[in-house]
Amino acid sequence: MNLLAFRRMRGLLRKEFLQIWRDPSALAIAFVLPAVLLLIFGYGVSLDARNVPLGLVVEQPSALAASFTGAFGHSPYFRPRSFLTIQDAERAMRAREVQGIIWLPSNFARRAQHGGNAPIGVIVNGVDANDARLIEGYVQQVWATWLTAQARAQGHPSPTPLSVQPRVRFNPAVSSRNYLVPGLIAVIMTLTGALLTALVIAREWERGTMEALMVTRVAMREILLAKLIPYFLLGMGGMAASVAMAVLLFGVPLLGSWWVLGGASALFMLAALGMGLLISSVAHNQFVAGQIAIITTFLPAFLLSGFVFDIGSMPGVVQLITHVVAARYFVAILQSVFLAGDVWSVILPNALALAAMAAIFLGLARAAFRRRLD
Amino acid sequence: MWSQVVALLIKELLAVLRDAKSRAVLIGPPLIQLMVFGYAATFDLNHVPIAIYNQDTSQASRELVAHFAGSPTFHVVAMLGSERRIDSLIGSRQVQLVLVIDRRFTRDLLTHQPAPVQAIVDGRNSNTALLIEGYANTILTNFALNWEAAHGGPAPPAVLVLRALYNPTLSSRWFIVPGIVALLTQVVTLLVVGLSVARERETGTFDQLLVTPMRPVDILLGKGLPGVLIGTVEASVIVAAAVAWFGIPLRGGLLPLYLGLLLFVIAVTGIGLMISSLASTQQQALLGAFLFMVPSIILSGFATPIANMPVWVQDLTLINPMRYFLVIVRGVFLQGAGIGSLSSQYWPMAVIGAVNLIAAAWLFRRRTL
Repeated sequence: MNLLAFRRMRGLLRKEFLQIWRDPSALAIAFVLPAVLLLIFGYGVSLDARNVPLGLVVEQPSALAASFTGAFGHSPYFRPRSFLTIQDAERAMRAREVQGIIWLPSNFARRAQHGGNAPIGVIVNGVDANDARLIEGYVQQVWATWLTAQARAQGHPSPTPLSVQPRVRFNPAVSSRNYLVPGLIAVIMTLTGALLTALVIAREWERGTMEALMVTRVAMREILLAKLIPYFLLGMGGMAASVAMAVLLFGVPLLGSWWVLGGASALFMLAALGMGLLISSVAHNQFVAGQIAIITTFLPAFLLSGFVFDIGSMPGVVQLITHVVAARYFVAILQSVFLAGDVWSVILPNALALAAMAAIFLGLARAAFRRRLD
Repeated sequence: MWSQVVALLIKELLAVLRDAKSRAVLIGPPLIQLMVFGYAATFDLNHVPIAIYNQDTSQASRELVAHFAGSPTFHVVAMLGSERRIDSLIGSRQVQLVLVIDRRFTRDLLTHQPAPVQAIVDGRNSNTALLIEGYANTILTNFALNWEAAHGGPAPPAVLVLRALYNPTLSSRWFIVPGIVALLTQVVTLLVVGLSVARERETGTFDQLLVTPMRPVDILLGKGLPGVLIGTVEASVIVAAAVAWFGIPLRGGLLPLYLGLLLFVIAVTGIGLMISSLASTQQQALLGAFLFMVPSIILSGFATPIANMPVWVQDLTLINPMRYFLVIVRGVFLQGAGIGSLSSQYWPMAVIGAVNLIAAAWLFRRRTL
């Protein structure tokens, strides 16, 4: 009996592997899609503002004004451009030619030397709010450095009474690629795991071959298992390829250990496959399955996982919703394993949550499959 | 000829709208996405958990702590008594910033020595880290300036007066929600058009359509127009929601907005038709749509500025219609831009649309004749 079950399983697996092998679209989703996405994201997505076009308006040239505006020329963040009047500069901003304007009014030097607190106008284009904030931050840095230099030139001991020493743990270069690429792997694996299974199995439902499989003497458990194993292997293959790309191509440091990464990925892959199975059995056809897969897996993984947008800053209700997004836990593990090492206080709770989600989704999928047959 | 195209158009609309699940897919998900994006996609920080290790217990340092505790950006979750817990608090993500105030803080302030303050930030999310650093710096600078002024120190020669045009509170929702108009319009249009031919190919009704007296161009029109129609309606709903629900100011006119929308939807429909004519199954069509959609969203400036990309990627974005439409939507919404100042965005989309439609017609003819 056991031997029979084993041979049945082997036959089923053989069928699934052949099916994958003969349909290039499944292999494409598993390997080409992650590679293409990683390349596009890795090169295309960067939040680090560099060479921001900046308009400088100096209404009355002076040595002091020149020392301030000169600081922007040396900064890697800015590409300064001079305008004669503030109106010209604002026109350029409206035409999206400059992102920010530094405006030194005509009384700048006089006020700075008599009494101080001379106002320097800083106008940023607020359309891209995040960019605008970063630019404001960079301008403040330039200003603080300039204050120090000015004070030193005049022999004051300290210009601003504080000396702030910023220290960045885990990503000292504060490179957005280092944190985006690990998170990205979670997003891509969600896609591969859920979209792949959802589409492939929805097609079987659509064509009626799933029912045909079910009327054979094969047990439901075996059918599900035979579906899971090949796609699990496919997904893990894609995962390994993505990690290799992240480390070798994008130079993201991998400080944690391989086996933690592999174990967490396996748990996450099971959860994603479970969601894919569930979606395929709820949806009637591929169109609907594809849509549901994108809405319930890809978008949440992108938006609600903390991959780009900070979960702590979302409204309370949305924060609650993020707890049912498997990618949230995986992103937390990935970012820590890549950039901080094996931080068990992050890995353990998140891995447990992933295991629970995998169990729930696979259980639900099994129940849904049984109901479909009735 | 036109009556035939109209008949096909009606048939297409019925095919999409009659099936309850397909209908739901057109209405439900976009609204869910709008809500989720509108509320979740924010770069603004608030209640960032921080810890403070204050080694100095005198008045000045307590005042500085109060500045942080009173800020809406930060939420002080722990006052540390030693350095020991700093690493574990940041490592386990319980806090994102630890402020270490040195033992000599007040003494240095009073003797006009630079008083050391250390700000330790979790760099795993680099964007958040930079923003946190920025916020912390602002608080520290304000504190320092106030302190100097109150204790008779020299005033700094100059101060910054910050002002943001078009979005005075720098709310990222004002940036993201208009972008969603472009995003969802593209998704819906592409799915409606991209899958329509593949669905008929799968069910075998496409051959029946081909033996009717309609020319391939008529069929193409009948397949493309529903996408233009549904995309435009969908966009209108989202624009209305952006204004009525999210309170995003619509400062410009509807004419520049709809001119851009029409050109954009036509360009996307052209891409949908190309996918449609190449794909023989719905799965292939869906994959094709996806393979186009994801890069086009990433490389459009929707979430991250195009200017930050490497130059060769920036050049690549020039063929992406969404890039131009995003500038139009945001320009009309926030800057009140008119047709004149947006003309540099209209014509590339028109060119892309024309090329797409011609390519689609050519592909379609080749696949059907």
